[in-house]
Amino acid sequence: MSRKVLLIEDEPNITEAIRFLLTREGWQVETHAEGTDAVQVILSAQPDLVILDVMLPGKSGMDVLRDLREHEEMKALPVLMLTARGQSRDREMAEQAGVSRFMTKPFSNAEVLTAVRDLHAQASQS
Amino acid sequence: MRDTLTGSRIRERRQISGLRQAELARKVGISASYLNLIEHNRRRIGGKLLVDIAAVLSVEPSLLTQGIEDTLISALREAAADAVGQKAEVDGLEEFAGRFPGWSGVLAQMHRRVVTLERTVETLSDRLTHDPHLAASMHEVLSTAAAIRSTAAILAEPGEIEAEWRDRFHRNLHQDAERLAESSKALVAYLDDSDGQRDLRGIPLDAVEAFFAEQGYHFPELEAGGKLTDVLLDGLESSAANAVASGLLELYAADALAMPLDQVRSALDASDPDPLALAAAFSVDLVTVLRRLAFLPEGTLARPAGLVICDASGGVLFYKPAPGFALPRHGEACPLWPLFTALNRPLVPIRKRVVQLGRTAAQFECFAIASPQPAEEFGAEPVYRSVMLVLPVEDTVRPTENAAQVGVSCRICPKRDCGARREPSILSEGF
Repeated sequence: MSRKVLLIEDEPNITEAIRFLLTREGWQVETHAEGTDAVQVILSAQPDLVILDVMLPGKSGMDVLRDLREHEEMKALPVLMLTARGQSRDREMAEQAGVSRFMTKPFSNAEVLTAVRDLHAQASQS
Repeated sequence: MRDTLTGSRIRERRQISGLRQAELARKVGISASYLNLIEHNRRRIGGKLLVDIAAVLSVEPSLLTQGIEDTLISALREAAADAVGQKAEVDGLEEFAGRFPGWSGVLAQMHRRVVTLERTVETLSDRLTHDPHLAASMHEVLSTAAAIRSTAAILAEPGEIEAEWRDRFHRNLHQDAERLAESSKALVAYLDDSDGQRDLRGIPLDAVEAFFAEQGYHFPELEAGGKLTDVLLDGLESSAANAVASGLLELYAADALAMPLDQVRSALDASDPDPLALAAAFSVDLVTVLRRLAFLPEGTLARPAGLVICDASGGVLFYKPAPGFALPRHGEACPLWPLFTALNRPLVPIRKRVVQLGRTAAQFECFAIASPQPAEEFGAEPVYRSVMLVLPVEDTVRPTENAAQVGVSCRICPKRDCGARREPSILSEGF
């Protein structure tokens, strides 16, 4: 069965590169570029994993994550967060919001692929 | 003060000449013990004895009597007051300055440098934390770098990728490289505004404040009963900045009408201004007086006055700096400033002496009041604004026991056990 990843990122060229990498790995990749309705999109798409940017138009990725974790069925969904701010304070905020993995830009493709593989493997075992 | 150092200079010169105290005393016909009192500044010296001593020491008498610059003494006092964990011998300060003018100059220079650097830290800390433009610019640069890195890595992988994907990635790479060049240039231009040039960042309030500063916070056209249109809003390129400036200038014109300049000058005597007395004399409210005092021509008040206007959220709506006075422009200021405490007690005039914690320990006489803006309809929630006039206190070494302690912002405030603290300070002791 195809694994589905939802990539919520407003930089189209980052989206394109990650889509290419993950498609090649066998993932079904869906994308979205807005924060405002991101929770609804996740609920509707039912992905196996979410890659979420922090600075999104309309609503920050941090708020999206907090709202997402309010839904009981989404508490265990693996969420990889991408951000340009890598300060410990931001990391703490992300952890409190319920992030599964936190990654700062600019990241390498290998880092993204490893994180996605690890998160998916952990989720499959639990 | 200058006379008191002559003895120290005589001793210094004598030692440089290699003369013993008794030897010099004998040559000028006084006892060694009397010269000792002179050298320790316990006896005044002048006239023939001074000329004789100068002749023996082969220096001009004026070199022995010439005083140390007051600013040097003042700078050394400030350095001593700011020292952490080190108590300086303030009583012997003038003697130190007299005997070691070079070292004194170095110390004063270092202290000034520390103060300047501290101001830079304050500015950058404030800007990095709260400047949305900077945060957005950094995000833009890093996101573009992420896209380039990711795309370039795909293209650099061994093996062929489909032509369609390859072309698309080449196009993306080109776009992102262009974008990165532009956003990097914009970021550097934004950060590189420390030379005091006009602010081109497009933040309306910053542009308005720069405009007021260029005009010296005074508009002769409006003093003479002129109209708003008489003021050339040069340099205010955005309509937002124009609107903000026009609003402030309308207030300025109304204040000038209510408190004509010549009458204000007559009412201000040699002592520090009394805003409440001025309000009564001109039959105006205190807010009008505080604004008016801040916008008088340079030299009308003994010292340049600062002014801050904020709304009930603490957002600064206007900021006129004063020597030594620092308040973060983008929020998270110390809530202990009378500007903010006035919001707790609307319409109650507040006068408070404050000392701003930090190396300069600058003191200010602050006058503040919070008042509601005119209601536009019955039953509307009142919208409060607070105004604070800041008058620097000249003598910075006077005791600060009666002055309330305020900081700039928690991040760079050294005060411990402060009930108003929001976050730990980044300043380690001795910074």
